[in-house]
Amino acid sequence: MKKYRARDLVTTYLFVLPGILLFSLFSLFPFFKVFQLSVFDWDGIATHMRFVGLANFHTALFRDPSWWNSIQNAGVITLLSLTFQNVLALILALIVDREIRGKHFYRVVFYLPPVLSGIVVGLVWNWIFNGSHGLLNHALKGLGIGGFEHFSWLGEPKTALYAVSVIHMWKGFGWGFVILLAGLQAIPRELNEAARVDGAGEWRIFTRITVPLMIPVFSLVSILTILGTMQIYDIIVSTTNGGPAGHTDVPITQILLAMEGSARFGYACSLGIVFGIILLAVSLVQMRLSKWSSRYS
Amino acid sequence: MTAHSSALQRPTDKFQYQALLYRAMHYARHALAHLICLSVAATCLFPLLWMLSSSLKTQSTVFSDMSLWVHQPLWNNYYVAWTRGNFGQYFFNSLFYTIVVVGGVIVTSSLAAYAFSRLRFPGRNFMFLLIISTMMIPIPGSFIALYVLLVKLHLVDTRLGYILPQINGGLALGVFLFKTFFDKMPQDLEDAARIDGCNKFQVYWHVAMPLAKPAIAVLIVFNALAVWNEYLLAFLVLSDQSLMPLQRGLMVFQGSLITDYPLLMAGIAISIAPIVALYLLMQRYIVAGITAGALKM
Repeated sequence: MKKYRARDLVTTYLFVLPGILLFSLFSLFPFFKVFQLSVFDWDGIATHMRFVGLANFHTALFRDPSWWNSIQNAGVITLLSLTFQNVLALILALIVDREIRGKHFYRVVFYLPPVLSGIVVGLVWNWIFNGSHGLLNHALKGLGIGGFEHFSWLGEPKTALYAVSVIHMWKGFGWGFVILLAGLQAIPRELNEAARVDGAGEWRIFTRITVPLMIPVFSLVSILTILGTMQIYDIIVSTTNGGPAGHTDVPITQILLAMEGSARFGYACSLGIVFGIILLAVSLVQMRLSKWSSRYS
Repeated sequence: MTAHSSALQRPTDKFQYQALLYRAMHYARHALAHLICLSVAATCLFPLLWMLSSSLKTQSTVFSDMSLWVHQPLWNNYYVAWTRGNFGQYFFNSLFYTIVVVGGVIVTSSLAAYAFSRLRFPGRNFMFLLIISTMMIPIPGSFIALYVLLVKLHLVDTRLGYILPQINGGLALGVFLFKTFFDKMPQDLEDAARIDGCNKFQVYWHVAMPLAKPAIAVLIVFNALAVWNEYLLAFLVLSDQSLMPLQRGLMVFQGSLITDYPLLMAGIAISIAPIVALYLLMQRYIVAGITAGALKM
């Protein structure tokens, strides 16, 4: 009887074995390893690592202006995404929600850019923003707006970050649109109809019915936008690679620089942890904000 | 007097005039909404159309000819990109990695999810929560430790080293989705199968999996997109060009042949063709997956 039960348990464990094995190896181990490496000074090759305690964190927090510059850059892109990208997505979701004709078509077209890779998107937009042969400058010339003959939008320090933001927003818009549209469609039609019968205008319906019901969806889209945009990387690699002069440097490129460029694995790990804590803090603040606003309305 | 005939005649009283005005405003709003939507749709599609038309131009005309339509399409560009540009090799690699990882994710996560859902064993809840928790918490910088691990396992610059972490990457969502479906399986079905002499695996294979077809579809699409568009891991792990997937290959190509834009555009077109095809076929599942996930949260 006991032998049967043991064999039964063994076969059961075989079900979870591949998953648990992969998970332990490629999720659990790296998670703890990052913390371990962060307190050492290591170039990735030497057999001996030098223990440095919290020195890496001290450097990261107080003596690395390029790190905080990268955080700021990512923050700018994130802020622009949270506002322009998501507001536009909301406006279009509201419009498409009402329209019956073409809803399917628009959803398919709008979600096409998010499906592409950051590398592809960056390489295509490189072309549009190109200084000498770019489409944007050509269009501006055609519209009669002079002065941008050879202006390299991605190469000039003043505009590079905003150009990258435009690319990121172009790619990300459809994703926010789909989620917001789903949220809108989950609102029962009867609520709107009843309000209209009671004489409420469109704006009233929007502020009193739509917005309060959509707050969880807004919150979700915001958190995911923040988390996704702060960790932007592929678009940077294919367009500016952090330049010009660090104006489009982002946290991930900084971490990779510490790891591959200056061979400081321990320091790179500490940057990763600091970054993780920043993201966690921002997420928590965002969740608090949404709880507060839903209670208020 | 019907409303229709009153629209044809001149409005004879104030009431009919107001009705006409209201109708006109309604159509105007409709038209404006469509105009906005179409403009955004055009913005989404235009860069891609531009990329396609550039891929068919010659090196000399691609800078001067700014029209979208190509009079003498140079289809040979695609052949050159495929052979001399190595995009055939990159394409095969991407296809290989995608199929293997998607298959691996579905098999591994469904087996584990079946155990979490229908079988009993010590540590069941703990393991499940552990795996699911990684879905919520992003750990930036974990790729550093992942790289170190792959070095230790001698998996750097190997296909296996690139594949295994990605299977692990798809586990959390896979387990979550499959468990949701398996939980809904009626106990009677399982009992009937057991009485007929099926062992655990046979019940999983013949009864549970067919019920989870929508989950399988969603996971195929999500994971295929993720693997096909992956860049960072390929950058870290693979240095042998013959192993590189498309995204990495694109950057290698861009770095080496800086000036040959039409070929690069052809390479990009090759890179996105399967993904766009998959997207158009399966976008139903993508949208359903995102909206279901978003609304659940």
